[in-house]
Amino acid sequence: MPTTFAADSVGLVTPQAIEFTQPLALACGRTLDQYTLMVETYGELNADASNAILICHALSGHHHVAGYYEGDTKPGWWDSAIGPGKPIDTNRFFVVGLNNLGGCHGSSGPNQIDPKTGKPYGPDFPLMTVKDWVESQARLADYLGIQQWAAVIGGSLGGMQALQWSITYPDRLRHCMVIAAAPKLSAQNIAFNEVARQAISKDPQFHDGRYYDVGEVPKTGLMLARMVGHITYLSDDGMREKFGREMKEGKLRFDFNPQFEVESYLQYQGERFSTAFDANTYLLMTKALDYYDPASEFNDDLSLALQQATAKFMLIAFTTDWRFSPERSREILDALVDAGKDVSYAEVDSPQGHDAFLIPIPRYMEIFRAYMERIAADIPPSTQEKGNAS
Amino acid sequence: MRADLEIIREWIRPNTRVIDLGCGEGELLRHLINEKNVRGYGIENDHTNITACIEKGVNVIEKDIDQGLASLRDNSFDTVVMTQALQVMHRPDLIVDEMLRIGKECIVTFPNFGHWRARGYLALRGQMPVSKFLSYSWYDTPNIHFCTFKDFESLCVQKNIHILNRTVVDNEHQHRWWTNLWPNMLGEIAIYRITR
Repeated sequence: MPTTFAADSVGLVTPQAIEFTQPLALACGRTLDQYTLMVETYGELNADASNAILICHALSGHHHVAGYYEGDTKPGWWDSAIGPGKPIDTNRFFVVGLNNLGGCHGSSGPNQIDPKTGKPYGPDFPLMTVKDWVESQARLADYLGIQQWAAVIGGSLGGMQALQWSITYPDRLRHCMVIAAAPKLSAQNIAFNEVARQAISKDPQFHDGRYYDVGEVPKTGLMLARMVGHITYLSDDGMREKFGREMKEGKLRFDFNPQFEVESYLQYQGERFSTAFDANTYLLMTKALDYYDPASEFNDDLSLALQQATAKFMLIAFTTDWRFSPERSREILDALVDAGKDVSYAEVDSPQGHDAFLIPIPRYMEIFRAYMERIAADIPPSTQEKGNAS
Repeated sequence: MRADLEIIREWIRPNTRVIDLGCGEGELLRHLINEKNVRGYGIENDHTNITACIEKGVNVIEKDIDQGLASLRDNSFDTVVMTQALQVMHRPDLIVDEMLRIGKECIVTFPNFGHWRARGYLALRGQMPVSKFLSYSWYDTPNIHFCTFKDFESLCVQKNIHILNRTVVDNEHQHRWWTNLWPNMLGEIAIYRITR
């Protein structure tokens, strides 16, 4: 952790666990009688709660979006975009990050204790959908006293949640920012997810998801799952640029130990992830991705699904993203244009592939900043200010 | 506001759906949204212009018009506008077809290569005209398909396109009474309103 924080950092932050006791009926048919959401907030909520921004996280994300924890060397996952004077300016906005249900960072999920049994939920934790998450986030908004978000923002799986917000609760958000996302997964996307899930569930230490009971972790499976995932988040060009065919020892060794830099990199990333993430959560999150398809309830017509949306949309895609390519963002764009909605779309040139949505690429940040200005301009004048003026 | 945009603005009815191809900084759309309650989108591929549109609160879609407008449905807009961009298209004829497909009416403006100054430049100097309104050299110009009013009108005849209005302005975008006497010679910029 830095001893002093940069002027544009939200600084030292602490998450809070919020308990909900109103039962939550889920798409799978089951009900969560009570649950916890792990939440982190930055900035101040204004008097009429009109400056709130919800940040939805991606596959392996969580509530720690910006700032530092005690002892941290790295800040939250989107620190480059959130802070005083940054595109999501915490001097103006009240920013909310949460760990989704089914996550493994403190919200109710497979690795948390089931109050009914006193043991971790494990594979008994219900499968979640994007819609379920939106519902739980709406309850969080109620808890925080936020009737309408100034914006709901998300990248990748987070973008799908933002999109779903605009459909489920059109009146509860003024702007919707969908970054590096898709309206539904392609067969190829699902295929990659299935490889990841197979790697995990076939690990001998998986024990049908009850590995908590035996004190083991399907580390190899999780590591392989992450390695496959990681490859799809980068681009061919990006990998070539970063690693090329560089070898650690500069010559072929004629064995199966990692020799190319890219091999070591993937192993390192995979291993790091396998000790920090929960395998059941990875299964659950990838399934939520696979299941997402807002058009399915509207005769497979996305434009019809978005008909009732009233938010203004900003879509951003990245040229070398092949996991959720610009074509996929343009499907959302076309549906929104077809439905006559307010939407802007930008395609950012970047070599980083899908990962680009987390990287402060200058043009990306410029668009982000410009759009956030627009969101700020749409904050209704505070009732308090009106009161003072009259 | 640029004088040609003033003219276009008058031709667009309130409460309609407009798409502006090559919308620049979104000036026209901003006015149409504010004053005529128009709903619309700008299409643009210049990054600086895109940011400017976002800042203005104008819906802007990053896209290269040369790649076509296939994703937009037939007759989904009341008016399709393209100002000063026809001459940078790879296939202006196909773009005009596309514009007339997605919109009920189209407004096109372009510089007139038949203007006396362009003719004089080429005739006297034997070089491609460079002037205030054609400010590029032949090798770095984005303008790849110059035409004259006559050329555009014969394209319209050939394609059975109806010209609803035609206005001619000078390089300051001012309308002068004398330009209509001999538009192909005296007009520098043409503004056409066309339909199928």
